[in-house]
Amino acid sequence: MPAVQETIDQVRSIDVDQYKYGFETEVEMEKSPRGLSEDVIRFISAKKGEPEWMLQWRLDAYKRWLTMKEPAWARVSYDKVDYNDIYYYAAPKKNQAPKSLDEVDPEILKTYEKLGIPLREQEILAGVEPERRVAVDAVFDSVSVATTFKEELSKAGVIFMPISEAIREYPDLVRQYMGSVVPVTDNFFATLNSAVFTDGSFVYIPPGVRCPMELSTYFRINEKNTGQFERTLIIADKGSYVSYLEGCTAPKRDENQLHAAVVELVALDDAEIKYSTVQNWYPGDAEGRGGIYNFVTKRGDCRGKNSVITWTQVETGSAITWKYPSCILRGDGSRGEFYSIAVSNGMQQVDSGTKMIHLGKNTTSRIISKGIAAGKSENTYRGLVSAHRKATGARNFTNCDSLLIGNQCGAHTVPYIESKNATAVFEHEATTSKISEDQMFYCQQRGLSEEEATALIVNGFVKDVLQQLPMEFAVEAQKLISISLEGSVG
Amino acid sequence: MLEIKNLVVQIEDKRILNGLNLTVNKGEMAAIMGPNGSGKSTLSYVIAGKEDYEVLDGEILLDGQNLLEMEADQRAAAGVFLAFQYPLEIPGVASMTFLKATLNAQRKARGEAELTTPDFIKRVNAAAQQLEIPKDMLKRALNVGFSGGEKKRMEILQMALLQPNFCILDETDSGLDIDALRIVSEGVNALRSPDRAFLVITHYQRLLNHIVPDTVHVMSAGRIVKTGGKELALELEATGYADYRETEAA
Repeated sequence: MPAVQETIDQVRSIDVDQYKYGFETEVEMEKSPRGLSEDVIRFISAKKGEPEWMLQWRLDAYKRWLTMKEPAWARVSYDKVDYNDIYYYAAPKKNQAPKSLDEVDPEILKTYEKLGIPLREQEILAGVEPERRVAVDAVFDSVSVATTFKEELSKAGVIFMPISEAIREYPDLVRQYMGSVVPVTDNFFATLNSAVFTDGSFVYIPPGVRCPMELSTYFRINEKNTGQFERTLIIADKGSYVSYLEGCTAPKRDENQLHAAVVELVALDDAEIKYSTVQNWYPGDAEGRGGIYNFVTKRGDCRGKNSVITWTQVETGSAITWKYPSCILRGDGSRGEFYSIAVSNGMQQVDSGTKMIHLGKNTTSRIISKGIAAGKSENTYRGLVSAHRKATGARNFTNCDSLLIGNQCGAHTVPYIESKNATAVFEHEATTSKISEDQMFYCQQRGLSEEEATALIVNGFVKDVLQQLPMEFAVEAQKLISISLEGSVG
Repeated sequence: MLEIKNLVVQIEDKRILNGLNLTVNKGEMAAIMGPNGSGKSTLSYVIAGKEDYEVLDGEILLDGQNLLEMEADQRAAAGVFLAFQYPLEIPGVASMTFLKATLNAQRKARGEAELTTPDFIKRVNAAAQQLEIPKDMLKRALNVGFSGGEKKRMEILQMALLQPNFCILDETDSGLDIDALRIVSEGVNALRSPDRAFLVITHYQRLLNHIVPDTVHVMSAGRIVKTGGKELALELEATGYADYRETEAA
């Protein structure tokens, strides 16, 4: 129970401002010209020192994108994005390939300090026991500013670096896998990302290697009117294992900002990838002004037999969330898992879920989704489970629960199930409940305050999913959920 | 200890309590009996601080403190405990977790230190043993899938743990078989002390064979219409509430 108490203390310590990462960093930036054109794409590619094939890839994507329409099927509504009014590249001026942390702008280092992200290895080493170390790649607007524990990881043969570096240093690996899970033509936002992506992380785990520490990337959008288009690619070679965590925050601004990422995971035979996200983008204010538009394509390919991909997400931020981390269960006996907690408050709109595509024999998947809606928010689970003709023995279990706090919010569940194989067994359970006044009174009669009672009930509701997160992040996530719900009762 | 003066309460324009007066002294076991709809449960909710009730007049004093000015959780910290007729389910929250959260919240509100985990577990185990509550029940989500008897025992366990000084038992006997009634009654009797007062709300005399009251009040149409000793309960059992319904009409 200490975590609940911590949650409460944390909530209390915040006065008016619920979003504590809303500060801005003053740093001199170099930007591309505003708007999107072939020239801007050439500019980005040149800034990254990319080979010709990469530039061509981008330009092809751009041409394709020009013919595409923004999707309108999600249960979200927002003012149209003017794609020609955004900066597609913004990087701190002093960040011309810093060789060590000493060369990174101190303002940026301070930013990460404030965010509680450890970038100095020696400090991490001093304070924490070895098994809890986490290697961090810090992405600030359009560039990676620091990556820790690179050397130690490389001793194990693990490659962990900004993707812009990987394109230069491991072009064959990147070329082989990039776009192989999320094709350039996949969808409007993924295609846009393919044209203009700036940075993100690249991970390669060699055969039989268990990655010696947690890997994580921390995304920060700082600059005004700038979109962030990160691209992450993780490859787990045969029999390897990696656990990866992604976190994100942004300053408070009145304008909306666009974040359109693509994440691709590839698991070969007997490999396992655990991908956890704690998404805390600025959600906008109580009236719905500002906040991040989070249009993200995340997909994992269980390419090898008996491979496993697990997505765990705790979503509390963003004005609009449009996100469906999915698994393609191609290898026989492969397994996909999706555990999600999506919290919405204020005027937030969430349309999120997963797709489990069963292609191989005896593939299994499991979906546990917990949506919590408060304030005037709308929270939709949208999911697809499908079994193709050859997916003999495919099994899925889905459980979608929604919890409503107050009576001005909405929760919706939109499950799609398709089976083309008679041996497939799909189970679907769904519930929608409300924190009742009687439950609140019962807890308060026992001495819990309104906030404590809400935190306790919500923690009970999301317990199954929190247990899937790495220990240290579970506590963080628990705090985050309660902060997001502050002011949602009474 | 508890003093209620001229309490007038309505819910959605419907008058439920009509100038109710009631005094319960320290160490006293008071019972309230009365027909359905006489306002017994409303009285318990209003003392405990449930919202939705509109208090039009009167006051409720606990050791001189005006309860009507306090939130439900503050009243709990001040020592008011209500054993619910229908205890609520809290999915995903282990009973043990709930007990610890509530105990520590009350201790904190009173400016006391939180209990250490071993200390807490010792107390829970001792209380659970007396109420014949198996350990695995403490690990299950609070009241979820509990039988009627288990829920009531869990209420008394909370009471034993929180050590309130004013306990209200709202139809605690409903839904209990004979064995469960005995266990629950023994649990309540074990908590009787010169510093603690009880208000037992029931329809039937049956419970009062196990939990012997010092005083019995008869409630009708939102008022206490008669007060007597434990023999009044037996009298009611024989004659029914008919006489008091006439009072209602008058």
